[in-house]
Amino acid sequence: MKSLAELQAIKDRMKDKVVLREGTNSVRVVIGMATCGIAAGARPVLNKFVEEVNAKGLADTVAVSQTGCIGICQFEPVVEIFEAGKEKVTYVKMTPEKASEVVEKHLKGGKVIAEYTIAAQQ
Amino acid sequence: MIRAHVLICGGTGCTSSGSVKIQEAFAENLAANGISEEVKIVQTGCFGLCALGPVVIVYPDGTFYSQVTPEDVKEIVEEHLLKGRVVERLVYADTGEDNNIPDSEVSLSDTAFYKSQKRIVLRNCGVIDPENIEEYIAMDGYAALGKVLTEMTPDDVIKVISDSGLRGRGGGGFPTGRKWALTAPNKADQKYVVCNADEGDPGAFMDRSVLEGDPHCLIEAMAIAGYAIGATIGYVYVRAEYPIAVKRLQIAIDQAKEYGLLGKNIFGSGFDFDLQIRLGAGAFVCGEETALMTSIEGKRGEPRPRPPYPAVKGLYGKPTVENNVETFANVPQIILNGADWFKSMGTEKSSGTKIFALGGKIEHTGLVEIPMGTPLSEIIYNIGGGIPNGKKFKAVQTGGPSGGCIPASLIDISVDYDSLTSIGCMMGSGGMIVMDEDNCMVDIAKFFLEFIVDESCGKCTPCRIGTRRMLEILTRITEGKGEDGDIEKLENLANTIKASSLCGLGQTAPNPVLSTIRFFRDEYEAHIYKKECPAHYCKAFAKYVIDRDKCIGCGLCAKNCPVNAITRTDYIAPGKKLAAFAIDTDKCIKCGACIGNCKFKAIEVK
Repeated sequence: MKSLAELQAIKDRMKDKVVLREGTNSVRVVIGMATCGIAAGARPVLNKFVEEVNAKGLADTVAVSQTGCIGICQFEPVVEIFEAGKEKVTYVKMTPEKASEVVEKHLKGGKVIAEYTIAAQQ
Repeated sequence: MIRAHVLICGGTGCTSSGSVKIQEAFAENLAANGISEEVKIVQTGCFGLCALGPVVIVYPDGTFYSQVTPEDVKEIVEEHLLKGRVVERLVYADTGEDNNIPDSEVSLSDTAFYKSQKRIVLRNCGVIDPENIEEYIAMDGYAALGKVLTEMTPDDVIKVISDSGLRGRGGGGFPTGRKWALTAPNKADQKYVVCNADEGDPGAFMDRSVLEGDPHCLIEAMAIAGYAIGATIGYVYVRAEYPIAVKRLQIAIDQAKEYGLLGKNIFGSGFDFDLQIRLGAGAFVCGEETALMTSIEGKRGEPRPRPPYPAVKGLYGKPTVENNVETFANVPQIILNGADWFKSMGTEKSSGTKIFALGGKIEHTGLVEIPMGTPLSEIIYNIGGGIPNGKKFKAVQTGGPSGGCIPASLIDISVDYDSLTSIGCMMGSGGMIVMDEDNCMVDIAKFFLEFIVDESCGKCTPCRIGTRRMLEILTRITEGKGEDGDIEKLENLANTIKASSLCGLGQTAPNPVLSTIRFFRDEYEAHIYKKECPAHYCKAFAKYVIDRDKCIGCGLCAKNCPVNAITRTDYIAPGKKLAAFAIDTDKCIKCGACIGNCKFKAIEVK
């Protein structure tokens, strides 16, 4: 180790890998992963979320986790986004492509994509 | 892409309750479900809640699973990691009060066990993989060493440590900054930094857990100490009985060398520091600083008179700083956060936190770190979960064979160096053994003295012979042969041994006896004058009696009595069909076999 910069580089590179264990994330992305969700293709959606959240450098604030059946199986894969002080947003019939879009526009840009939400389906 | 981490405790407690098998089961089940690439398994150090091991935490949810078996793993993988359904039945969530929050939604830090804790030294234990230097670096690791070497002079470092009020965590409580300041100005061609990891108190495993859970923290701190006092070589003296700790420390040292954090010209500052492990063979006296250094030199581990102090003539006759593991582990955090931050925790004269190993008659056996000055009652009842089986709390033994007992009447005492010393107790290295109404205090004193008699190195007479005489008296008392004047004899011997022994081992050896006499004199007197043991523990006084009105006459006790001391009487209790049994106390050898076999709780020890 020759310099502080070198140490900082290791720290920056590793930070994303341990940030998961801090539990301080203010935004939670929850993916329905019951039998219905998995059958409808929730797994690639989940993986896309994890990938994009990390790629966009949002891992500090956004936690991606799973939940069981929410009860609206016909709309699976269902993704809910919880943010402190804001109303929950429910996205339905998700695909990996839609997931990338949600990360970019909603999680990064702060704008809910209305057409993918459950409200647009009803 | 990793989306979840499974942290499995690899501390000694959980390893012995099978965490290695659990790790294998996770690897198998993750592979079987095709999610090995998504979930990372991390083996960590001790989480602290050893009583409920093996422990597994799943992130990002922060779900805390306790007492996990290899059979449970399939369910955790298929339900939680695959489908996102927390396995409620395995979740630990004792919040200390009734509420309607499902266990899985209680944050781990809100449980009674963790809520009052303040984890400074243990901050990485149970969070990072101790065998991965990069995870330590991600948690600000080696940043303190970097700061010290690039921005601070050795005097600056000593000043921060002095101002922080950090005191030795190994037992004595000597101010760390002053120790460093006394060593730094002494000129020599070579100086040394030594870490005392010869944790020998019965029931203590604080330093072991730091070594197992966060070994890099110690390496970083020792390099900082080396810079502060002008030493370029360090030794860690660790017990060979700590195989996991030794292995992980060696891995950590090798990694630090590979990354250039040990060796020549660290951070381009021109500062060199090298670190080596020395294994101790398990002699208690080698925890005494001068004996430890003698042992590192390859000689028989015996203490030598002080002065000269190690600051002047230590290892190989050169100026040496010796601190214990926990003391060192505080150093990087103090450097990074400043002396004022450290002083903001704890009491005026005892700043910071202290780790305690809770053991004995307590619900949550394990490792806790609390701010100094926390009331003892908080540790026992809130964090420790109280006494099991509805028994009554009697006393806490702190400081191991050098310490004393805190009785129930002083349960609200503030746990810091000075309060404990004021009642003839001591902080010690952090072993805390909880005793309930079934523990005989004379027997406890005898236990610690037996330990001392075994471990006395024999170099000085008061310790070698004096403690043996004390043990003989105590043995006599517990066997019902105590005489008038024994208590005074014990006190007299104790004070002489304290005053005339060569090293800390002998000087503190009589403490468990003196402190139990001070707080539980009535128990000593009962043994000697009334020939009874108030706790019904000492076998010599025990009388096994059958309550003839509870006895249904089944005869199981008589069948199991090895000396045929139990026979049937003529008495038939009201409502019973068969005649009751009775014990011939002259024949009885007090083995207890009858009690274990009686399903009707008809046999009592009086």
